[in-house]
Amino acid sequence: MAVVERGSTKIWHRRERGKQFAIWAVWLLSTAIFVYCWHLISGKTVWFFVMDAPAQAIDLAARMTPPKWSYMNSLWRPIWDTINIATLGTVIALIIAVPVAFCAALNTTPSVLFVRPVALFIIVSSRSINSLIWALMLVAIVGPGIFAGVIAIGLRSIGFCAKLLYEAIEEIDETQVEAIVATGASGPQKLIYGIVPQVMAAFAGISVFRWDINIRESTVLGLVGAGGIGLQLDASISTLAWTQVSLILLAILATVIVSEWVSAKVRHAII
Amino acid sequence: MVDSVTTLPGTGRTWSRPPFIKKPWVRWGVWLAVAIYLFVAITSMEVDWSRVIEGLPRGKKFLLAFLPPNFASRWDSIVDGIYESLWMTVTSTVVGIGLSIPIALGAARNLSHPIVYYSCRGIVALSRTFPEIILAIFFVKLFGFGPFAGFLALSIATIGFYAKLLAEDIEDMDAVQAEAVKATGAGWLQWLNYAVQPQVMPRIIGLGMYRFDINFRESAVVGIVGGGGIGATLLTAFDRYEFDSAAAILLVIIGIVMAVEYSSGIIRNHIK
Repeated sequence: MAVVERGSTKIWHRRERGKQFAIWAVWLLSTAIFVYCWHLISGKTVWFFVMDAPAQAIDLAARMTPPKWSYMNSLWRPIWDTINIATLGTVIALIIAVPVAFCAALNTTPSVLFVRPVALFIIVSSRSINSLIWALMLVAIVGPGIFAGVIAIGLRSIGFCAKLLYEAIEEIDETQVEAIVATGASGPQKLIYGIVPQVMAAFAGISVFRWDINIRESTVLGLVGAGGIGLQLDASISTLAWTQVSLILLAILATVIVSEWVSAKVRHAII
Repeated sequence: MVDSVTTLPGTGRTWSRPPFIKKPWVRWGVWLAVAIYLFVAITSMEVDWSRVIEGLPRGKKFLLAFLPPNFASRWDSIVDGIYESLWMTVTSTVVGIGLSIPIALGAARNLSHPIVYYSCRGIVALSRTFPEIILAIFFVKLFGFGPFAGFLALSIATIGFYAKLLAEDIEDMDAVQAEAVKATGAGWLQWLNYAVQPQVMPRIIGLGMYRFDINFRESAVVGIVGGGGIGATLLTAFDRYEFDSAAAILLVIIGIVMAVEYSSGIIRNHIK
């Protein structure tokens, strides 16, 4: 807050002059970067196609309606597969994420110098690679199919679950742990009676949260051949079967809404 | 030695750790349901184990490709792809946030009329539904190949994320401060600028950094369906089994994500 005296009148400004100037400079720089990036993207864009897009969109919408409802019969199996990919992937991720999280949390790690950096590296590399890229990689290695999808979702979720879990572990109430230790508890007893009960609710919340995200992600894994409803989507798009595409999108929409409802219910029950 | 049941000395009474789910029938029901589901799900999974085993040496080859990764043979397309990804990230984050802020104001229950509120909530729900990659498929169909399609897909996905979280923050703001500014006779825009905006500014910047991070990760996959960026190069590398180039691209992505995450952490701490 700054008050400038000009003659006899005092004028209130929100910021000091220097700070105002710095903010202005940041804005200028950001705008320049944005305009530059936009210029480069625009250079790589065929504007004729963009101008044509509204007409294309209307045409596409006409070809997508009405959805081919009879196709639904061959969608139940892919939907079941999609749910399995998400669920089994989440289970695998949780099994691996728990030890990783305990190794990464400052108050439970066996060694801050050696074990913790490894755990943090596992978390970062798992998180920075999209599940679609994991799937791409696994399809190349273990071949197309649900198995690649499950592993891809699992690998992608380890980092997310372990990160949230280790933050929860670091935020526990140390006095409770101390009370357990004061009874003469050994290391594992301290873990089971002092720490685990405190992070159990967070753990359950994180699992359901990630499961919900994984349902969304597993709907598209089929685009690279890793099973689930994405396979049908990819096939329908490449054969230009647009009425099937619209039905698949509706099916994805319904699956996502149901999963969101389920996870909201479960989280509500836990908290 | 960890016992779940302990006999208290001298009294003969026992104590056991309270279970996470209190009601026994719910607890056993949940366990039973989980067991049945896992059995059905795993047996219904069709896994071609011979293909998996056949692929294991390839997996080993892939891991070995990381030491050392081959940056040289595809260097030009890696650089092009990364630049394109970064342009998309910057523009889509800025445009996405620009579109999100008015929508977030509309989707905050304490600021807007119910009609505006429900229509803005509708926009948010709609743009959250489909993954970026599905949006990208359609935008590539409509707008042609290239980063413009990816830019649009990421911008729209940004709205669903950013407007939702920002609206929640606006709803949580301190109404007393807002009322104090209103009592000075401020107009609506002045009120927004002096009462609402300062309260949510840390969140605006923090969420913006976070979304920048997400958009960069996503920009690496829209290329798989033709939306521009590093994804196309990565897809080619995998399709040709050039694992050493793929490893190089993955390392570049991990490096940039770590750099973005680290610097956004510094900026966020600075703002708080």
